[in-house]
Amino acid sequence: MARKLLLEHINVPGINTFDVYRSKGGYAAVEKALKTLTPEEIVEEVKKSGLRGRGGAGFPTGMKWSFLAKPEGVARYLVCNGDESEPGTFKDRFLMTYIPHLLIEGMIVSSFALGANTSYIYLRGEMMPQIRILEKAIAEAKAKGFLGKNILGTGYDLELYVQPGGGAYICGEETALLESLEGKRGNPRIKPPFPAIAGLYGCPTVVNNVESIAAVVPIINDGGEEYAKIGIGRSTGTKLISAGGNLKRPGVYEIELGLSAEEFVYGDDYCQGIANGKRLKAVVAGGSSVPILPANLFLKTINNEARLMSYESLSDGGFATGTMLGSGGFIAYDEDQCIVRNTWNFARFYHHESCGQCSPCREGTGWMEKVLHRLEYGHGKMSDIDLLVDVSKKIEGNTICPLGDAAAWPVASAIRHFRDEFEWHVTSAYEATTRNYGLAHYADPLNAVVA
Amino acid sequence: MKVTIDGFPIDVEPGTTILNAARMIGGDIVPPAMCYYSKLEGSGGKCRTCLVKVSKGSEKDPRPMPKLVASCRTTVMDGMEVQNITSPEVIEARKGVVEMLLINHPLDCPVCDQAGECHLQDLGYEHGAAKTRYEFDRRTFEKIDIGDKIQLHMTRCILCYRCVFTADQITDHRIHGILNRGDHSEISTYIQKAVDNDFSGNVIDVCPVGALTDKTFRFKNRVWFTKPVEAHRDCDHEKCNGKVTLWYKGEDVIRVTARKDEYGEVEEFICNTCRFDKKKTADWVIEGPRKVSNKSVISANHYDTLKPLPVVKANPQLQQANKEQFERETRL
Amino acid sequence: MLSVQNTDTPVTFSPELKAKFADVVSRYPAGKQKSALLPVLHLVQAEYGWVSAPAMDAVAEYLSIQSIEVYEVASFYTMYFLKPQGKYMLEVCRTGPCEIVGATPIMEHIEQQLGVKEGDVTEDGLFSWRGVECLAACGFGPVLQIGPEYTFYENLTKESVDTLISDLRRKAGN
Repeated sequence: MARKLLLEHINVPGINTFDVYRSKGGYAAVEKALKTLTPEEIVEEVKKSGLRGRGGAGFPTGMKWSFLAKPEGVARYLVCNGDESEPGTFKDRFLMTYIPHLLIEGMIVSSFALGANTSYIYLRGEMMPQIRILEKAIAEAKAKGFLGKNILGTGYDLELYVQPGGGAYICGEETALLESLEGKRGNPRIKPPFPAIAGLYGCPTVVNNVESIAAVVPIINDGGEEYAKIGIGRSTGTKLISAGGNLKRPGVYEIELGLSAEEFVYGDDYCQGIANGKRLKAVVAGGSSVPILPANLFLKTINNEARLMSYESLSDGGFATGTMLGSGGFIAYDEDQCIVRNTWNFARFYHHESCGQCSPCREGTGWMEKVLHRLEYGHGKMSDIDLLVDVSKKIEGNTICPLGDAAAWPVASAIRHFRDEFEWHVTSAYEATTRNYGLAHYADPLNAVVA
Repeated sequence: MKVTIDGFPIDVEPGTTILNAARMIGGDIVPPAMCYYSKLEGSGGKCRTCLVKVSKGSEKDPRPMPKLVASCRTTVMDGMEVQNITSPEVIEARKGVVEMLLINHPLDCPVCDQAGECHLQDLGYEHGAAKTRYEFDRRTFEKIDIGDKIQLHMTRCILCYRCVFTADQITDHRIHGILNRGDHSEISTYIQKAVDNDFSGNVIDVCPVGALTDKTFRFKNRVWFTKPVEAHRDCDHEKCNGKVTLWYKGEDVIRVTARKDEYGEVEEFICNTCRFDKKKTADWVIEGPRKVSNKSVISANHYDTLKPLPVVKANPQLQQANKEQFERETRL
Repeated sequence: MLSVQNTDTPVTFSPELKAKFADVVSRYPAGKQKSALLPVLHLVQAEYGWVSAPAMDAVAEYLSIQSIEVYEVASFYTMYFLKPQGKYMLEVCRTGPCEIVGATPIMEHIEQQLGVKEGDVTEDGLFSWRGVECLAACGFGPVLQIGPEYTFYENLTKESVDTLISDLRRKAGN
């Protein structure tokens, strides 16, 4: 069995309470950090750990922390990004529901490292139950002297608050999140300045994903070097993967980065294969924004090497034949799923969630949705397929924030890998409204690479 | 700081944006801007028409920037090299942005008061494609009056946010804003309220399209049939210095606007009294005809010198008639 | 009970509600009370069932901001209802992972059972339903949530939806 750092005690009854969590070694990282380490040393440990942002972008957390400006007399903020809205991703909800104190412990250590005396956990508004869970946990921790004034007698003060969002995917983008936290519309800010220089209320701010913050706890407990021994290459440590779709056993799994993709899908410790004895057709490996891959390209890279669940291996082959680890939102599609319909569904999502601030995304996402709707419902034209590719290119890279890219990639990749299924929706328009294209050749062994 | 744009070098102050550096150089290499407005703090970055390629980040870090950047919100670095019209990538991206801005635009220029001085028309003409690929119904909204002098025709709006910044920064409090999100976003007051403020009329001037129009001028005339004249009056509003452009049709002032520079930005904001209530020549001290760029449709028939065609030149009678015609047309 | 407000009547918040507002405002630095806007709107919606224009005006006054700033925010985020809804708003996730495990048939079933179209309110004022985008419970789809507590119902089947609806009917009857 693989090592578990975050979910080790997830099945212990009452682990959501302070006392049980503490009895399992909880809050040791707070004691160690506040009493024996300096903020600089903590940042150094996180740097050594090689931890990369778990929200999707995969930017090294320690490096992000070291960019934080520290002007005299100006407050600094740590904001935890719990806006988890990326289709396919539900790990943060899971973590906060069952082991809320892990996040709070991570927030205390991280806030101390960054010199923040007020920190916010921004959760999407739909997570009201988790907000209540966290607020209860915060009250417990405060009652035990782990939050508030003079924590554990070290002289360090920290107030921690939970802020609800109002229902907007875009608030997962860090500057949109800060706008939202300031009580405004979730329009992403134009960067620079980056939050590390001018974030919340114009003060230096770090925004980190829930899982990244939680991972700071084992990093401090075991040391950054120990953490870095887990995983493979620059993909260090463990990662929560939210597995959904047509799987026999969907759920949240903590994997050591570098686990083979095949093992993850079919292994007994993980998803146990595809539900109802069906075959795997396609995979979205890291949340709806990352390129979708047919089963064969997901399990093997284009060079016929086994695909691993790591940042590097999943992106092997670039956009042509690879994908990304993203937020770890894993969606499996069985042979009965229609890729055109799914692409339309995702396009509708991005259309619905575009903030509307910049023109390519505001107008382009709706356009793509309309064309895909037409294709799915049997009114498409052959030229629509190239039109979609072109519109996606006009959005990609030309917007204020990454939502434009996130909307463009699923469309572009679906057409890249499943073009014949799209064409079939045009050539057999009526049939396409009555049945699905099926598995076709998408799970066939890959052809040898020809130069 | 030295920056090079499309091969033209210029020295600028630190903190200058690429767009403003380009405006200092002038000419074709100035990126178009639909949402940026130098007089409005925080404006820009949204429309994406001013995207440029930074092929060299700076002298210190010569790496190119990975994506095209909004030139209106990117400050120059020493030694930066920027490509605008010399980059096919930029031209292509801009064409895409223009297409996006137009897919839900009604293209009702024949009945739009802004036609002739519309930035979207210019943009479409200079950077767009001849045909649209969009085959769906366009977004429409009801026309609403925001105040008795201003009409909002949201269907034409490109969501540049300039009028919102104007209301925030020029007027004492803001009543209209952006409601809803994504492509359902609209400028609105939510519940019917009049935008009632001494400076509210400036939203008309900052609007790059025909979404906010002057009700006292609506359907009075096409702008290219009117004659702009610079004038001023001693305005008693403390924040208005009464410097305007009067738009004449024959002997009548049919519209008053603030004076705009070559990028269509007002030089100074004016008050509603000057804009809406002073429509007599006697109210103003006339300075002289306004210089209009010869690229503008408004200059057509106005500021020509007499250049008779060869056939006219050969015939004294025709030449005389031509001269009379010319004088009639150029007369105030 | 769901109180439907006449949009012309000004709203006055109860002292209890205002105490909750004050608690929220205390979380932010002085002068940054606008940060309380989203949580305060949630509190207003939990109290009244929706967010009316007079309620938003009152929120604006409470937070010392312009009314339009409240309208802008309330209309941006999808969770705020700008018109009255049923007492129970069934929000069914319709995005990718839920869709491939059967969100559409669930929504069709709900429509049939309640007899109202998406966004409409049943005659007895008890129910509304709508499709919403990803609720971050993709492994347990199809899912739906019901405010103001935002209780989750996972792995939905037509039968479990029927049970849920009749349970809610009974609860409301008491």
